[in-house]
Amino acid sequence: MQNIEQELRQFVVDNFLFGQPNGHLSSSDSFLDKGIIDSTGVLELVVFLEETYRIKIQDRELVPDNLDSINNLVRFLERKLQHTS
Amino acid sequence: MQVEEFLELSAGRSPEKTALVCRDRRLTYREVEEQCNRLAHALVAEGVQRGERVAIYLENSVEAVLSIFAVLKAGAVFLVVNPTTKVDKLTYILNNCRAVALITDIRNLAGLESRRPQLPHLKSIFAAGMSSTSLRDSEAQLVSLENTLSRADLPNLPPVKKCIDIDLAALVYTSGSTGKPKGVMLTHLNIVSAATSITTYLENVPDDVILNVLPLSFDYGLYQVLMAFKIGGTIILEPSFTYPYTVIEKLVQEKVTGFPLVPTISAILLQLDLKGYDFPSLRYVTNTAAALPTRHIRQLRKVFPHVKLYSMYGLTECKRVSYLPPDQIDLRPTSVGRGMPNEEVYIVDDNGRRVSPGVIGELVVRGSNVMKGYWELPEETDKVLRCGHLPGEKVLYTGDLFRMDEEGFLYFVGRKDDIIKCRGEKVSPKEIEDVLYSLDGVAEAAVIGVPDGLLGQAIKAVITLREGAQLTQRDVQSHCSQHLEDFMVPKFVEFRDELPKTDSGKISRRLVAAGALEAAE
Repeated sequence: MQNIEQELRQFVVDNFLFGQPNGHLSSSDSFLDKGIIDSTGVLELVVFLEETYRIKIQDRELVPDNLDSINNLVRFLERKLQHTS
Repeated sequence: MQVEEFLELSAGRSPEKTALVCRDRRLTYREVEEQCNRLAHALVAEGVQRGERVAIYLENSVEAVLSIFAVLKAGAVFLVVNPTTKVDKLTYILNNCRAVALITDIRNLAGLESRRPQLPHLKSIFAAGMSSTSLRDSEAQLVSLENTLSRADLPNLPPVKKCIDIDLAALVYTSGSTGKPKGVMLTHLNIVSAATSITTYLENVPDDVILNVLPLSFDYGLYQVLMAFKIGGTIILEPSFTYPYTVIEKLVQEKVTGFPLVPTISAILLQLDLKGYDFPSLRYVTNTAAALPTRHIRQLRKVFPHVKLYSMYGLTECKRVSYLPPDQIDLRPTSVGRGMPNEEVYIVDDNGRRVSPGVIGELVVRGSNVMKGYWELPEETDKVLRCGHLPGEKVLYTGDLFRMDEEGFLYFVGRKDDIIKCRGEKVSPKEIEDVLYSLDGVAEAAVIGVPDGLLGQAIKAVITLREGAQLTQRDVQSHCSQHLEDFMVPKFVEFRDELPKTDSGKISRRLVAAGALEAAE
């Protein structure tokens, strides 16, 4: 899961922080509160998750509990990957 | 009438009714009124005078709404600054309007600390989310916002009224073609007039429950709050549309009747699986900021068959210009309708003469909703506010090109200047170009809007580099994101060997755009 966390962080930094040093993004920071992501960003994130981890995300899963921080994303992915394996 | 009376009259009529819902908090009109009064008294005690400016730098929150009405009750002028605004621009705005107080969140304050010496006018800062329970951190000159709102020693009743309705109520900063933001001056009369016209054609009633996801720094978002309080309805405030299903669930749970959209939101909404959702309470949906593609209109009509869909058009300088009555939307989906109640609109040629139906010209707006001017920019103001036919009256030249059909319905054609409309927000190419030029290695830059299904227009930067310089798209976006609001960061960056110029040697955005279009084909 260490890898997944790194991959996710890299994606968020590359795409939403435009590659800025990520020292100020902690794993529990809310993307919403930090102004990191908007609704178009969420759709980009979902495409990334589906393509990289070969999972299918239901529209109804697009909620802050699943997506709104690195920690939430890792937990969500762990759950999704367990179900598929 | 003054804007804060929207709240005061509704609180008098129905004190126990729910006025405001945001995240897990629900406030009645009485609670909103009393907390606003306390904050208003605290502002006065801090020395805020009639007509002085108070900036609100907060995301959509209970505190943002309370602050707006508290500032008005104190007799001052409010401005809401988008929370994604970077510190350079915030400093510029605070100094430009000489704000004497700032209401913000402790998290948003961090970047501003080092700028305090450059903010000579700013006397007080009220901050939400201060960890200590102390009322005041004297070293940092900070006042706790939450403690102020609940302070028992502050009166529950409003301060004595000092303003009249031709006094300023708000400044709304908007992108200008010069690259520096301009403060649109709105009087109480301007806002009351616009809100009255809009709630009239939307047929709003006290039972209305309006859900707003748009930032309050954007006048379309701000007016949702003002109008909900005016009619004595309920406003459901969401921080954003980032997690669409959270918002969809709220629409159902709160039995929302009115849902304002911009094209970006409707594009996302139409991509969602809404099977199993039913919106029996929803009465109307509105769109403004940019034209809704006809395809979206048809799809929205399918998703919400029983709902009235209002296609509208406006600009900050007069709030709203026109609306298309919902029964017309299937007949003329590309029209943005007619002038709203208590307002006159017409189209003129370059000499200011009215044109016949079908002829393209500049749209002119006449009404009490037209702004007082741009803050301390008399020349810019004179360009857009020109003499009307009554002595001394000013009418607004919108800079938007329109045509009108035989029955008086308006059709948007384009802008007279290069302003880009992205995600419903006006973006000045000059402002972004100034930031691009501050990046080492950039020799020339032009910023243009390119068509985008989701954003309306997406921002594209076209750049030539200095000899030997090496920059990537990522470098450019990273630099921009440090100096500009999120919505202004270019989505596309193109590098060219040279940029086309006009005969006078100026870079021509029009020719750059034509080149970009060719390349895409």
